[in-house]
Amino acid sequence: MHDVVAAATNFIDLNWMNITYLFLVGFVGGLVSGFIGSGGAFVLTPGMMSLGVPGLVAVASNMCHKFPKALIGSLKRAKYGQVDVKLGLVMGASAEAGVLYGAHIQEGIKKAFGDAGSNLYVSVAFVVVLGIVGTFVLRDALKSHKSGNANEKEKVTKLARWVQSINIPGTMVYFKSLNAKVSVLKTLPLGFATGMLAATIAVGGFIGVPALIYVLGAPSLMGSATELVIAFVMGLGGSFKYAMHGLVDIRLAMIILAGSLFGIQLGAIGTTYVKPFMIKLVMGLIMVIVLFSRGLMIPVYLAQLNLIQPLGEGTVKILSTTSFIIMILALLVGAGIVLNAIWKGLRAEKLQNSAEGALEHGKI
Amino acid sequence: MAKEHVRKKKPIGKMVVAGIFSIALYTVLLLKQDMVTEYFSRGGVLYALLPIAAAFLFSFAHGSFTGSFWTVLGVEAKKKKEVK
Repeated sequence: MHDVVAAATNFIDLNWMNITYLFLVGFVGGLVSGFIGSGGAFVLTPGMMSLGVPGLVAVASNMCHKFPKALIGSLKRAKYGQVDVKLGLVMGASAEAGVLYGAHIQEGIKKAFGDAGSNLYVSVAFVVVLGIVGTFVLRDALKSHKSGNANEKEKVTKLARWVQSINIPGTMVYFKSLNAKVSVLKTLPLGFATGMLAATIAVGGFIGVPALIYVLGAPSLMGSATELVIAFVMGLGGSFKYAMHGLVDIRLAMIILAGSLFGIQLGAIGTTYVKPFMIKLVMGLIMVIVLFSRGLMIPVYLAQLNLIQPLGEGTVKILSTTSFIIMILALLVGAGIVLNAIWKGLRAEKLQNSAEGALEHGKI
Repeated sequence: MAKEHVRKKKPIGKMVVAGIFSIALYTVLLLKQDMVTEYFSRGGVLYALLPIAAAFLFSFAHGSFTGSFWTVLGVEAKKKKEVK
């Protein structure tokens, strides 16, 4: 086991630029995570790799930052009554199983098809998942916004109502976020899928949160908050597994954490200032933008596997750079929306407080 | 009915203490990088607990600091005004 580690381990040298970069990316990732319950890994892992960190170390270190971040985030959102701990833990358990299985598949693909094969698998999975789920979520968000009933209680989808109606004796458990008794068996495939995707393409939340909302019927705010509990469980298990192989670069993990803990608290605060459909909007937007980012890399991997004509070095560079920039853009767009919501919300509160104060004084 | 404007005391003390603790942890981490990396990447069940424990420790200190940081700056959750 240790010779694998020796070969794979290559802990980069840290300088002030690296540190600042990781801190900032951590901050933005945390901000988005605190708001939509997901959204760090897909930019942090490639972000670390672009500094020269080997893929496995990047994934491992990201996991070791993810679970403490998710812990702090879920504690904060629990204060606002948004977390369904029971549901989070139940799904976290099956998600953990999914993580282990997903990691196993990832290893298998790497053995059979090498790095390029791995990367191709990851990118195709990204495009398919993000394309389907992202478009659906975005359309739903825009529908709520346009129809003008953004203030109304979110409607539970037909699918969720069907899921909630299935009664399997001996397995029914009441979950407060669903306001219903649901068979635990129903949560198993969803948690498992979340974990599997998280392990293979680092986007557990992008399946987890929509699953909670659209399949189980949780409100957007609770779905995104509860996902943080699932992320904590998955992250803890995954980190331990990687740490056993000596793959965690604790310095990277903690530096990213330094930034993301600032961000995640802010993101959590942001959820209290927006209407629920905004969670879906930010999530859908990010997913759709990132899908383009990943999509651009597919020709690169296809060429590396000789499935299409080889690409010139210049072309590869352009595609990679554009892909990376689009990814950063996705995060910045999400972060921008959240920060704007907080800024507007705080200003409105200040105005309201001073107006009330003035009225009070006027009454004398 | 006169509304009381209850001024919540800002947790400046808490922020400073947590901040010092957090900065201390990060200083040790960065100054002792080589030693830390060596022990934390040894692998095996016992050594695997090191990064996990460190992560909890950092999140406790830094989480506390960042939480009170935003509160001191006045950035807080929206106050729900219940109209019953």
